[in-house]
Amino acid sequence: MLRSGVIAKKLGMTRLFMEDGRQVPVTVLQLDNLQVVAQRTAERDGYTAVQLGAGSAKAKRTTAALRGHFAKANVAPKRKIAEFRVSPENLIEVGAEISAAHYAEGQYVDIAGTSIGKGFAGVMKRHNFGGLRASHGVSVSHRSHGSTGQCQDPGKVFKGKKMAGHLGSVRVTTQNIQVVRTDPDRGLIMVKGSVPGSKGGWVTIKDAVKKPLPADLPLPAALKSASAAPVAEVAAEGGEA
Amino acid sequence: MNLIAQLEAEQIAALGKTIPDFKAGDTIRVGYKVTEGTRSRVQNYEGVCIARKGGSTLAASFTVRKISFGEGVERVFPLYSTNIDSIEVVRRGRVRRAKLYYLRDRRGKSARIAEVTNYKPKV
Repeated sequence: MLRSGVIAKKLGMTRLFMEDGRQVPVTVLQLDNLQVVAQRTAERDGYTAVQLGAGSAKAKRTTAALRGHFAKANVAPKRKIAEFRVSPENLIEVGAEISAAHYAEGQYVDIAGTSIGKGFAGVMKRHNFGGLRASHGVSVSHRSHGSTGQCQDPGKVFKGKKMAGHLGSVRVTTQNIQVVRTDPDRGLIMVKGSVPGSKGGWVTIKDAVKKPLPADLPLPAALKSASAAPVAEVAAEGGEA
Repeated sequence: MNLIAQLEAEQIAALGKTIPDFKAGDTIRVGYKVTEGTRSRVQNYEGVCIARKGGSTLAASFTVRKISFGEGVERVFPLYSTNIDSIEVVRRGRVRRAKLYYLRDRRGKSARIAEVTNYKPKV
């Protein structure tokens, strides 16, 4: 039942006023020319997955190797490429374009992105330490950590001790984010709350692993344009397998 | 216009609310929908608008202050909230500030606001 995810671009946040008076903060994510670039199959690669590409890159700024890769799939050069593991019956044809109808309103998804970099951060910001006192003899080091260990025994600082250092700019996955609204015409997915990363950053969206899937999700994926024919075809294949 | 601004403009149009012309210093009456169990009714909240924030964006809000049983009460309403049934301007006030936070430190006579009798809306 493992279904492909999507690559999306984070556009920013806004709010939705619902009919029942609720306001819902949402992050707007956009599917930008999202196409299948390659397939991974068990016979050839030892696992099944689809490789998706999103955005559009200039051909002359794409390396020759990638140009050849895109030419083989007969798609325009992409800005961002990612692979999604799928079960064999959910493979999507190369070149198919995925639409925002891939996700149902109300369903839960896991979203991964690269968090905003904070640079070299102290322990109060990085690990939520309490810092030292404002008065009672504390001098200069109000935001420092305290002791880092014991005495001559063990005589060292244990590995993994939380200290100051680089914060942010790492891959972060936020689980169980609810899809509030989708707009297949413009390729928009609105999810409740925040999503890791800055505006304009790329994120990957997958069905939530910790929540049951809604029954009527499009399988193997919601495709654009010549949608009716390929979907029916692949669905039939899936049924036989 | 970026897509977020466009989405917000569309939502404002879709909500189809008519916001009366009011600003800080005006006394307004807000009809706010309250749901008690299954029954829903409109509760009026009347007071001086002491601040408007967020301009004409979807996130705009306004603050209404009144003295209730001798205690100052302030409520912040989202301008485009679907819970707001109506906004009425009761009295136009003449003030020289956009934010009337100084009213929080005043009581009685010094907290009065002069009325504008010849109010002309800007077109």
